[in-house]
Amino acid sequence: MTSPEKRELTTVPRFSDKVFRGIVTGGGLSSLIILGLIFAFLAYQGYSVLRSQGVHFITGSAWQIVQDSAGNIDYAQTKFGIAAMLIGTMLCALIAVFIAVPISVLSALFLTFYAPPFVKRIMVAVVDLMAAFPSILFGLWGFFILMPSVEYWAKLIHKYFGFIPIFKLEAPVVTRSPFVAGVVLAVMIIPIVTSVSREIFSQTPLDRIQAAYALGATRWSMIRAVVFPYGKSGVVGGAMLGLGRAMGETVAVYTVLNIVYKVNWHVLLGAGGNVASMILLKFGEAGPEEIKALMAAGLVLFLLTLLVNSLADFIVNKSGSKGR
Amino acid sequence: MTEPTENGIENMETAPLTSSLASVAESAKAQREIATHSMGVGLEARGIHAWFGQKHVLQDVSLDFWSGTVTALIGPSGCGKSTFIRTLNRMHEFIPGAAMAGDVLLDGVDIYAPGTDVTKIRLKVGMVFQKPNPFPSMTIAENVLAGLKLAQLKIENRDDLMQECLERAGLWSEVKDRLDAYGGSLSGGQQQRLCIARALAVRPEVLLMDEPCSALDPGSTLKIEETISHLSTSMTIIIVTHNMQQAARVSDYTAFFLSDDGPGAMIEVGPTDQIFSRPKDNRTENYVTGRFG
Repeated sequence: MTSPEKRELTTVPRFSDKVFRGIVTGGGLSSLIILGLIFAFLAYQGYSVLRSQGVHFITGSAWQIVQDSAGNIDYAQTKFGIAAMLIGTMLCALIAVFIAVPISVLSALFLTFYAPPFVKRIMVAVVDLMAAFPSILFGLWGFFILMPSVEYWAKLIHKYFGFIPIFKLEAPVVTRSPFVAGVVLAVMIIPIVTSVSREIFSQTPLDRIQAAYALGATRWSMIRAVVFPYGKSGVVGGAMLGLGRAMGETVAVYTVLNIVYKVNWHVLLGAGGNVASMILLKFGEAGPEEIKALMAAGLVLFLLTLLVNSLADFIVNKSGSKGR
Repeated sequence: MTEPTENGIENMETAPLTSSLASVAESAKAQREIATHSMGVGLEARGIHAWFGQKHVLQDVSLDFWSGTVTALIGPSGCGKSTFIRTLNRMHEFIPGAAMAGDVLLDGVDIYAPGTDVTKIRLKVGMVFQKPNPFPSMTIAENVLAGLKLAQLKIENRDDLMQECLERAGLWSEVKDRLDAYGGSLSGGQQQRLCIARALAVRPEVLLMDEPCSALDPGSTLKIEETISHLSTSMTIIIVTHNMQQAARVSDYTAFFLSDDGPGAMIEVGPTDQIFSRPKDNRTENYVTGRFG
């Protein structure tokens, strides 16, 4: 049997609707356009460096500009490599996420299911305020409060977790380590992760919560059976948002991290790397060629952040639909 | 404000005893009626009042529920029926600002007594909600046994219990080949029977049903009603319904609730056939004959 030809389904929008559609589309596209322009700018500026350095730009760790006596750059000797910075960025951000996520999830649970209303009101305001703090304040906190006591913490971690390679402490240099930067970043991203988690927890369907309680659930078993399956993907999303912020954070890390052009996996050792902070560090006194290299570094960070976020999206979508 | 009293009790003492079987000739029902008197009162509500914030929504309801019987609560919307049954398993207190007065005795013990573990009460007094609410992250099998996990109960033979509960809920034959499918993959009526099976798995003495069929089609409704008939031989069932035919079909006793601009109250209770054929109160008659509501 031949099926009839499908009809085209059309409608003529009103003029006012067309205008509104135009405005909304413009607004939606503009953020995409701005992002694209930033990308194009970085790519344009960094292209020559990426071309001359090739893959060494992300696998090498040397950062040296060699000039001859006349002040011309010797391109053969000049090396730009940000491997140490990239690894340092990921290390600091991951430390931050590992510390921040459990704390954030617990405080979100407390705020949603345990806190008395007035405590909740105050804490939500405080957490939101924390999210709006200038990041330099977190950096200063890390510098003046955390750093003086970090030796104690580093030794403690080394003593109990030293068997894990990244927690090995080979030299007694512990200040300005990736660990310190990670803790500062953790404090910085706790508010956003808490906020996102709290939002998703509070949207848990009431009928499921009631179903659990009606079956004799305690509050904790209700949370495990109903709230976590529902909120899981939201928490992952919040964690990724925090990871993204931690990766891009510049000033707070700059304040507490010792930037060294050598790959260092030992998070307790006072030598780390961070792409964004390195750009800040070098930017002031960089010559034209180095500026291009910094732009290229920015481009790589941009792409890395994009990659991490896409990965997170993928994970959330894959695990998210079940249990919602 | 009226102080909680025990006025309602007078109504109740005579009601179950005067039950007449004349007009309702279903045999299962008749058997249950006979069983009634030997099993005694399982759940007693004495002088129940309820408030939401300052609003007094339920006034002085006293009602006994005999073991092995089905009691239907009928009445127009907003008359406090749902609020009342939610006081029977302490789900009422979930709503912020909710308060209550009176006693609820389960096997003679006040479930509101200080020091009571509320989760234990809810194991004995199960509940099925208006909207089917299986846990979507769990499979059908996991849903049935969810109560055991939630209440941290240990059990020897989980598969037997699961099958038994699904059978009692009238769902086994439909799902036995796909127990690993997610609960959300079932139809609305099947989901509701899954919720009934889930409630049965913790072996409650009393099952509260808050308009369990109002979101279902007639075919599913019929299945649920059959399930109720089967279950009522072994447990106490209290069902809130807007459907008067349903109340007439499934229940042994019917209580009529009404709110006249003030808090809701119980107007009349008695054997179902009596409430529907010769109610004592004018307002009950007007309601069951469809003159209002």
